[in-house]
Amino acid sequence: MQAHGGRIIERFARNSQDLEELAYLELDSEVLKEVENIAYGIFSPLEGFMGKEELEAVLNEMRLPNDLPWTIPIVLPETRELDVKEGDTVALKFGGKTVATMNIEEKYSFPKKEVAKKIFKTEDASHPGVRGLMDGGEQFLGGKINLVSTPKTEFGKYALSPKETRVLFKEKKWKQVVGFQTRNVPHIGHEYVQKAALTFMDGIFINPVIGKKKPGDFRDDVILDAYDALIKNYYLKDRAVMSILKTRMRYAGPREAVFHAIVRKNFGCTHFIVGRDHAGVGNYYGPYEAQEIFEEFPDLGITPLFFRKFFYCNKCEGIVNEKTCPHPSEFHRNFSGTKMRAALSEGKKPEGMMREEVFKVINSYENPFVV
Amino acid sequence: MKGKKYTTVSIPMPLCEKVKEHIKDTGFTSVSDYVTYILRELMSNSETNNSGDFTKEEEEKIKLRLRSLGYLD
Repeated sequence: MQAHGGRIIERFARNSQDLEELAYLELDSEVLKEVENIAYGIFSPLEGFMGKEELEAVLNEMRLPNDLPWTIPIVLPETRELDVKEGDTVALKFGGKTVATMNIEEKYSFPKKEVAKKIFKTEDASHPGVRGLMDGGEQFLGGKINLVSTPKTEFGKYALSPKETRVLFKEKKWKQVVGFQTRNVPHIGHEYVQKAALTFMDGIFINPVIGKKKPGDFRDDVILDAYDALIKNYYLKDRAVMSILKTRMRYAGPREAVFHAIVRKNFGCTHFIVGRDHAGVGNYYGPYEAQEIFEEFPDLGITPLFFRKFFYCNKCEGIVNEKTCPHPSEFHRNFSGTKMRAALSEGKKPEGMMREEVFKVINSYENPFVV
Repeated sequence: MKGKKYTTVSIPMPLCEKVKEHIKDTGFTSVSDYVTYILRELMSNSETNNSGDFTKEEEEKIKLRLRSLGYLD
């Protein structure tokens, strides 16, 4: 499986230069993650932060200027005014330490409302993605980056680069690999979807998103521990692998679903699971809009696997969906996230929805939710 | 459309007429849209599998790390 654009991009600093003299930008932890994602090729073929032409192409065409599908802007806001011009090199710092350099190719402004409308289909500030976007100014810096050092981050043992996952899949002799995106702890419905896909694949790559989420979402450590418990107890050792994707959730629904697929292609997946309301929030997107958008990308290079909503049917005595079950809704029990959260926040097991081992792990946390 | 560059490709008129007929009620709004879609699909299918992303030496190093993290036995 080729990486997006043909090869895995790596952006590591090869020459030592005097970094102390450089003008610098201090990054927050979320932008730092994007720097790392570019440097390790998770965002291949990007080599840096987008310039205006790339941003416009992504907003208007959902493609990079070279026609490759790309749906989410990867931009660097100029959080404080820098006295730099095109061609200058600046340092990108985190916690006062230089983590990367950036060759400034462009300094530009762009109306964020337009970005919000195109990416999130709304300017509503109560949308968490819009709210995140609107923080800060409208000045951006575009240009290639080079990673100087990777700060030690949490969950390091779960952080694999695309080169590493590709070697891993090769060693496991997986030719058909399905990627699964998650920002939740696993319930039985998730497990069913994963195993349904796995039936036709050589292996499953479970890839939780680790990064800024909205209040009420599950904490990153809880998600990882819960999945560890599930994989250990309910998956064949040589058929499932978990590593993390360090990036924030945008809640951009359809566009983010395509972006998620591209990233998993870079990790070496051949297929990608897209469920109901993938990367959605509230009622901003239709329930299957994140599946329909894939029709616009015959050249994505990774095959989406679409799943409908799953539920338990008391008559069928099993997990089914609207395509497989003929019985009316009174026989159905939904895997409701709201009900699950309500039970878990009271320390109760969501009956019929969750494996005992997974529940025990979640329940061992005083508060498993983002506050 | 803003920022997008286009060029003209010639196809025989009879073929163009057939395509026009073919795309009626399909969601494609023009022959150009349809041809672009088909060409993108074809070009994507012509991509080859790429095993040249890492050298042998690099691969061995990666395997060591994967073993140390418990991903490989």
